[in-house]
Amino acid sequence: MDLPEDAGQLEAEAVRRDTRDRWLMSVPALMIIFLAAAGPLLVMVIYSFLTPGDYSGVKWEFSTNAWSSILVQRDIFDDTLQWADAHLTIFWRSVSLSIITTVLTLAFGLPTAWFISTRPPGKREFWLFLMTVPSWTNLLVRTIAIQELIRAEGVINNVLIFVGIIDEPMQMMFTNFAIGFGMTYVYLPLMVLPIYAAVEKLDVRLLEACYDLYASRWHAFTRVILPLIKPGIIAGSILVFVPCLGAYVVPRVLGGGKNLMFGNLIELQFGAGRNWPLGAALSFLLMVIVMIALIYYIRITSQERKDG
Amino acid sequence: MEAQAQVPVSDADPTPPADTSDPAAEIAIDARRISKVYRGEDEVRALDNVSVTIARNEFFTLLGPSGCGKTTLLRVIAGFEPPTAGTLWLNGKDITRLPPNRRPVNTVFQSYALFPHMSVANNIRFGLEMLGKPKKQIDEIVDEMLNLVQMQAMKSRRTSEISGGQQQRVALARALAPEPEVLLLDEPLSALDLKLRKEMQIELKRLQHETGITFVFVTHDQEEALTMSDRIAVMSAGRILQIGSPQEIYQRPAERFVANFIGESNFLDATLSGNAVTFRTGGTYEVERPADVEDGAVSVLLRPEHAILSSDPSALPATVETVVYSGEATSIHTRLDSGEALKVRVPNAPHSGGLPEQGAPVRIGFAPGALTVLKD
Amino acid sequence: MAERSAFSVRTIPGFSAIAIFCFVAIYAPILILVTFSFNAGTSLAVWEGFSFKWYVAAAHNEQVQSAALRSLMLAFVAAAISTVAATMAALATTRTRHFPGRTMIYAMINQPLMIPEIVTAVALLIVFAWVKVVTNHTSMIYLIAAHTAFCIPFAYLPIRARLETMDDSLEKAAADLYASRWHVFSRVTLPLMMPGIIAGLMLAFVISMDDVVITEFVKSAGQDTLPTYMLGQLRRVVTPEVNAISTVVVFAGAVLVSIFFWVSSNRR
Repeated sequence: MDLPEDAGQLEAEAVRRDTRDRWLMSVPALMIIFLAAAGPLLVMVIYSFLTPGDYSGVKWEFSTNAWSSILVQRDIFDDTLQWADAHLTIFWRSVSLSIITTVLTLAFGLPTAWFISTRPPGKREFWLFLMTVPSWTNLLVRTIAIQELIRAEGVINNVLIFVGIIDEPMQMMFTNFAIGFGMTYVYLPLMVLPIYAAVEKLDVRLLEACYDLYASRWHAFTRVILPLIKPGIIAGSILVFVPCLGAYVVPRVLGGGKNLMFGNLIELQFGAGRNWPLGAALSFLLMVIVMIALIYYIRITSQERKDG
Repeated sequence: MEAQAQVPVSDADPTPPADTSDPAAEIAIDARRISKVYRGEDEVRALDNVSVTIARNEFFTLLGPSGCGKTTLLRVIAGFEPPTAGTLWLNGKDITRLPPNRRPVNTVFQSYALFPHMSVANNIRFGLEMLGKPKKQIDEIVDEMLNLVQMQAMKSRRTSEISGGQQQRVALARALAPEPEVLLLDEPLSALDLKLRKEMQIELKRLQHETGITFVFVTHDQEEALTMSDRIAVMSAGRILQIGSPQEIYQRPAERFVANFIGESNFLDATLSGNAVTFRTGGTYEVERPADVEDGAVSVLLRPEHAILSSDPSALPATVETVVYSGEATSIHTRLDSGEALKVRVPNAPHSGGLPEQGAPVRIGFAPGALTVLKD
Repeated sequence: MAERSAFSVRTIPGFSAIAIFCFVAIYAPILILVTFSFNAGTSLAVWEGFSFKWYVAAAHNEQVQSAALRSLMLAFVAAAISTVAATMAALATTRTRHFPGRTMIYAMINQPLMIPEIVTAVALLIVFAWVKVVTNHTSMIYLIAAHTAFCIPFAYLPIRARLETMDDSLEKAAADLYASRWHVFSRVTLPLMMPGIIAGLMLAFVISMDDVVITEFVKSAGQDTLPTYMLGQLRRVVTPEVNAISTVVVFAGAVLVSIFFWVSSNRR
């Protein structure tokens, strides 16, 4: 480029001004998010190192009790340390139900994604739309819909009794089954979308090549299709696993008071349990786990974009 | 697509080929009256009552412009497209309904379709593993194949890390490894540059010779077809127009389309009477009369390189319009007195001179047998 | 001519059946819920005839009225503010080379999407409880702030997508024709990015209307929105009134989302 001597300086000045303007334009959004989302998270971290107040809130005394009491608790009578069994049970329920839900949504979501991507090109949008619309409608309403399906006097029990398979209503509400069932229903679209994106990129000629080379349906699926759509499966699994782990509404409505998950345990510390520092510590722990999963997810998806 | 009705085709020939027991049992592929119709807003007849037999050990080429149905026919043989009508026989067995993974037929895809998540060696292993061959034997064959296509050094590379020509070799090796009865090649050289393409043409001929496998090769490149094939089928609009050796196709094309598609051609209007044609400019010449052409107006093919500048008074009078020098030969574009254009191709000798100039009157002659009467 | 049975390489046995089951299963519970909202009886399981009575009951329920109004008001305000903020941020972060801090702005704007709702809810409860004690102020401002914050990334997404597909040659042409910076923006840029802004506004509105977790933790006494009211009702004897409210919420949401898809796919 043929530029005068001071062009570099002028340009640098213009770039500086442009950058400053862009920051100024972003300030309102950044301020709102800082005040009403990100900033409070920092306060929450501080709270996790304080002492619980007598009725609610905190006393400003430094303590790591909240963090240690996540895993162990001091016996009231003989002052010995014991595993916090109640917490561990809830963690285990959260993790296992999240894994089961992820597996179930995969089992149903993969065929659904495959089905959508094998529709004629003009009609795929329609099927995708059909899959996505419910996930944008109210989560609570969808949870209520499941509740009405599986209640003692709900549709499933009524149909089963009518057909004569059972004599009296099955107790499905307020069980782990209810939570898993509800979460599978609610989060299925989150599995379908990324797998669909991966299946759509799959080159049909690779399938032809593997059938040409004598692969059975099973081998074509396990040796060619699955490895090639694996990034989509991992992405979908993370997208389902993460909200399951932090689920609050579904276990509250369908799990009742006994079958708590991580989110409900957190809530408990701000309600009846009244241990704000413990609640803050639990929240922070959940946040870290979720962040790690999401960072992994972002790395996979951006890697995909680079490759494909 | 899963629930398509299995309705038997009424006009299919249920009997096995009559010639299974005689020496012509050397037939590998026998396609009988195959049609393929795509139904949609407007019906597309991709294959229209196509019948062809391909001998064992043959290098057979399907040649035609894009959209002529050659790839569809290949895909019917591979088993990816079920024919709308007709039957397909392989070594005397009806394989019309056999799915692709149970046909002893392998394809080299135009895009190669190499599995991106497997190494070169694992791509070649794939078919052998699917056939359930013992591991030791698979290792041997893979090794042999890597040597055959000279890819031994690249065997653990990913397929995305090798060049186009190398991908081509791997695709070949992968398709050859299970020792198919027939190897189908769908324009496999079209993605390569000219020099590499020439090398691969020779390579393919060598591989076909060494393996003794029947090759069915699809191309739109007439030169490629002529250099490589034992026999060529020229296709257009879903039909096979002519099947023959390269010489037959080039020298005795059956139709104007074939003549036009392969090589350069002059077409002259003439009147056929008995064993002779009379041109519009005058002059009557002996021709080999095709069986199915009636007396009257016909088209006559004269290849430019079969025409010569002549001083014979019986030769056709013409005027030179353009002279184009192209290295090994010179093309002289002339116009006959009838107004028809005629191109003459003269090979360039070391000290050739004396080419006619623009506007000069010339006479054009030709060797006996150079004229071909076409059905139009 | 008869078509032969096709061996389709894209077919996997059983997959279509599972997929159809999924599509049915995704809509069936909602349809059942909607059906029983028209039940003449009080049961959620036994059909006793068609009636609008639960809709009438819900419409006359003062708590429902105030919760619905509050939800709408909150969603309007939060969606409007978040869309304006998101539009500015989108203008700042698209169609430019990388500038210092751009990745940070991205991360910050998408931050509410990365954190589980319950975590944000608890953090807000901690901070706002303290602010409420100190200032003794308990208006809707807390809910508006919280909703606006988590609506921003949803409003930002479609606006940014729209901007990224926009060719800046039109703006250059306008500048070439003597338009001032303001006129370039108001006469060319803004009209062109309108579909993205409308889509962002609708998405933000829907997201705010649907929220239950954060609202539940941030609201002061007597500040129920429709979702928190419904959540509270679930602890009591459930009547088809909840179904009636749910039906209205679902249909309103589905309509908005359909318009959102239509706007964002049509005007490309």
